[in-house]
Amino acid sequence: MDKNNNPVLLEIQDVHKEFDDKEILKGINLSLHTGEVLVVLGPSGCGKSTLLRCLNGLETIQGGDIKFKDMSFTEKKANWQEIHEKIGMVFQNYELFPHMTVIENILLGPLKVQKRNKAEALAQAEQLLDRVGLLDRKDSYPRQLSGGQKQRIAIVRALCMNPEIILFDEVTASLDPEMVREVLEVILGLAKQGMTMVIVTHEMGFAQSVADRIIFMDEGKICEESEPNEFFTNPKTERAKHFLNIFQF
Amino acid sequence: MQNLGIDVIFQGKNFQRLFEGLLVTAEIAFISIIIGSILGIIIGLSRTTKSKAILFINRIYLEAFRIIPTLVWLFIFYFGVTTALNINLSGEIVSIIVFSLWGAAEMGDIVRGALQSLPKHQIESGKALGLNYFQLYWYVLIPQAIRRMIPGTINLATRMIKTTSLVVLIGVIDVVKIGQQIIETSRFEFPTASFGVYGFIFFLYFIICYPLSQISKNLENKWNK
Repeated sequence: MDKNNNPVLLEIQDVHKEFDDKEILKGINLSLHTGEVLVVLGPSGCGKSTLLRCLNGLETIQGGDIKFKDMSFTEKKANWQEIHEKIGMVFQNYELFPHMTVIENILLGPLKVQKRNKAEALAQAEQLLDRVGLLDRKDSYPRQLSGGQKQRIAIVRALCMNPEIILFDEVTASLDPEMVREVLEVILGLAKQGMTMVIVTHEMGFAQSVADRIIFMDEGKICEESEPNEFFTNPKTERAKHFLNIFQF
Repeated sequence: MQNLGIDVIFQGKNFQRLFEGLLVTAEIAFISIIIGSILGIIIGLSRTTKSKAILFINRIYLEAFRIIPTLVWLFIFYFGVTTALNINLSGEIVSIIVFSLWGAAEMGDIVRGALQSLPKHQIESGKALGLNYFQLYWYVLIPQAIRRMIPGTINLATRMIKTTSLVVLIGVIDVVKIGQQIIETSRFEFPTASFGVYGFIFFLYFIICYPLSQISKNLENKWNK
């Protein structure tokens, strides 16, 4: 199935990002189609996490524009609340709120931001929890959960807002190896359901199986953009070859 | 055996008078703690701003109360401000003003410290859920900050209660002053009264401050469960 014919959901045009005069993103152009799973790879410090943070407005951009449907991020009156609602994000350090139970964490956004009906939101939250196999933990506090469980809850929390895009920022990077799989399987399941996602990861096998398209970044630029199989078997650029070699012993 | 002066407490109306003094102490302390806490929360929140002017004013305010002894503040207000403005304030009112301002300064610092000690990710996580500024503070940051504020706040409250013993020096009749009066009037009858009376006052301070420590301990245990 070619998702390139689907409508464009997120349009990234010549995005520049600077931190204290250091240019982190040097003109990124990218479009994300509905239902597409984009995996961003690249060495540490290449700007991939920064790019992701720009995509839901956690970082401001200094040049270019990002458009979600017809909403521009650079407009003075950008509707950040709606952008945050529609573009969910899951972080590396599973930032659940420690003073709330699992279910309170999940329902905070739907009830307070989206002002949804409690019974309806609760039903959805329970269904999602059930899907990731954690319904029995809904009244637990985050500190009573393992890293993998917390990360699955963080995904449910993002999902329960009914976002149109979810951004994953190295969500397995701080997990113990035996917990990586349970989290990746949840993401894989979402991909199968047609969720639009941008994923930053260092799990190469996972990247290959989940991605519709691979973006390889280095030094703040997109170096290579290709089909996953092609990228992993026949990378075009020297830098990508070098990068992939690091993962092989 | 030497009389320890305990029985002087139960002479005449001494017991009742000591409790009345304790009420004055407690009243000044608790009103000041409440006003100080409310002002302190506002000050603490304002200190998370990036505005240099607000930060500077707050800094001066906090340092002024840290550097200048509380007794001097009491004198400044009781003798200085009242004559300068030609107004008449009772010792109790001056005490409440000074202790509230002191409490607010220190409380502001406790609130600021607690808010700033929260991991930055908590803010980002909240923003990513679409929470607005108010919701972020109300649902995410303040509840977590309160847990971190408890030890410092209880410590401040007990310090304020203890420091109220200075109000004697601007003419407020608190529990310590009444103790002194009792000792002086019964000097011949009960030469060892000071031991009994001050010992009893020690016990009175203890029964106010100890429950606070216990509440703090219980809350911390509850939240750490």
